Amino acid sequence: MTETTPLWEVFIRPRNGLAHKHVGSLHAADEVLALQAARDVYTRRGEGSSIWVVPSSAITASDPAAAEELFDPTADKPYRHPTFYDIPDDVGHM
Amino acid sequence: MAHLALIELADDHLILGHRLSEWCGHAPMLEEDLALPNMALDLIGTARTLYDHAATLEDAGRSEDDLAFLRVEREYRNLLLVERPNGDFAQTMLRQLYFAAFMAPFWHAAQDSSDEVVRGVAGKASKEMAYHIRHAGEWVIRLGDGTEESAERMAEAVEELHRFTDELFESSPEAEATETAGVLPSRDRIRAAWDATIAEVFSQAALEVPEVYPQTGGRAGLHGECLGHLLAEMQYLQRAYPGATW
Repeated sequence: MTETTPLWEVFIRPRNGLAHKHVGSLHAADEVLALQAARDVYTRRGEGSSIWVVPSSAITASDPAAAEELFDPTADKPYRHPTFYDIPDDVGHM
Repeated sequence: MAHLALIELADDHLILGHRLSEWCGHAPMLEEDLALPNMALDLIGTARTLYDHAATLEDAGRSEDDLAFLRVEREYRNLLLVERPNGDFAQTMLRQLYFAAFMAPFWHAAQDSSDEVVRGVAGKASKEMAYHIRHAGEWVIRLGDGTEESAERMAEAVEELHRFTDELFESSPEAEATETAGVLPSRDRIRAAWDATIAEVFSQAALEVPEVYPQTGGRAGLHGECLGHLLAEMQYLQRAYPGATW
C-alpha cells in the first residue's frame, strides 16, 4: 500500500493566530489527494482553518536511544524557566 | 406546485447520498471510507431541508420522513444517473463528478432564488458541491491518466454513465413552473458550466466525451430495476416498524 500511497503527516491550525499542530497521519497518492484526505479525515468536526501535509519520509526524527544525552542535561537547570521572574501587575495576563 | 419540483431535487440528493453511503465500510482505503460518507451526508442534509420545505408547501400533513420512506419507486422522481449502482470506484467517482458539476453552478445560481429556504440551502450546498467536484475530479484525472487498468475502468465508466447526463438539463413541467417563478434556476442554462467542468477534467484525464443515446425517464417515475433494490434497503426499517424513531 505504501508503494502507491505513501504516508503523510497532517498538521491542522484550528484558528488564525495559532500554530499548526500535528494531528496524525494518512495514506495518499500525492500531495493534492493528501490534502483532501486530511480534510476528510481530520476536519470533520470543524477543527481546522488551515491544513499542512508533509511526506513522512521528509521528517528527520531524533534517535530514542539518544534521549538521555539530548534531554536529561536540562533537568537540573530550573533557572531557565521564567517562573522566577515577577511579572508587574500592569502587564496583565501573559 | 413548487413542492413537486423540490421533491424531484430532494430525491436526487437522497438517492445519491444513499448510494455513497453504501461504500461505508467497503471503500478501498480508510481515507476514502471517510470521504465518501462525508459526501453522502452533505447530500442527505440537503435532501432533508428540501423535503421538509416541500412538505410545508404541500401542506398535506406529510413529513420529510413520509416523503423519504413511504413513497414507492414510481413516485420517486430522481434522475436515472443518481440511482445507478456504485459499480467500481471509477464509476462512483465519475457519477459524483457528473452530478456535482451540475449542482455547483445550479446552487450558485439558486442563491438569487425568490424562496428564502432555497437561498439558504443554495449558500451551503454550492460550497459542498464545489468540494465534490474537486474530490471526484482529482480521482477521475488520476484514474483516467493512471495505470493501464485504471484508464480502462475509467473509460468504461464514461461509456456506462455518460448516456444518463442529458437528463440533468431537462426540466419537468413542475420544475419549469418554479423556474418561471424564480424559485429554482433554469436547468438548461447550467449546461455551459457543466460542459466546461467536464471538458477540463476529461482533458487532464485523457478521456473523451462520447457520442451517446441519452437515457431519460426518472422525472416521470420510470426507473431502472436498481432503484427498487435501493429503496427496499433504505425503507426497510420504516416499512417493517412503521413510525419507529430512535
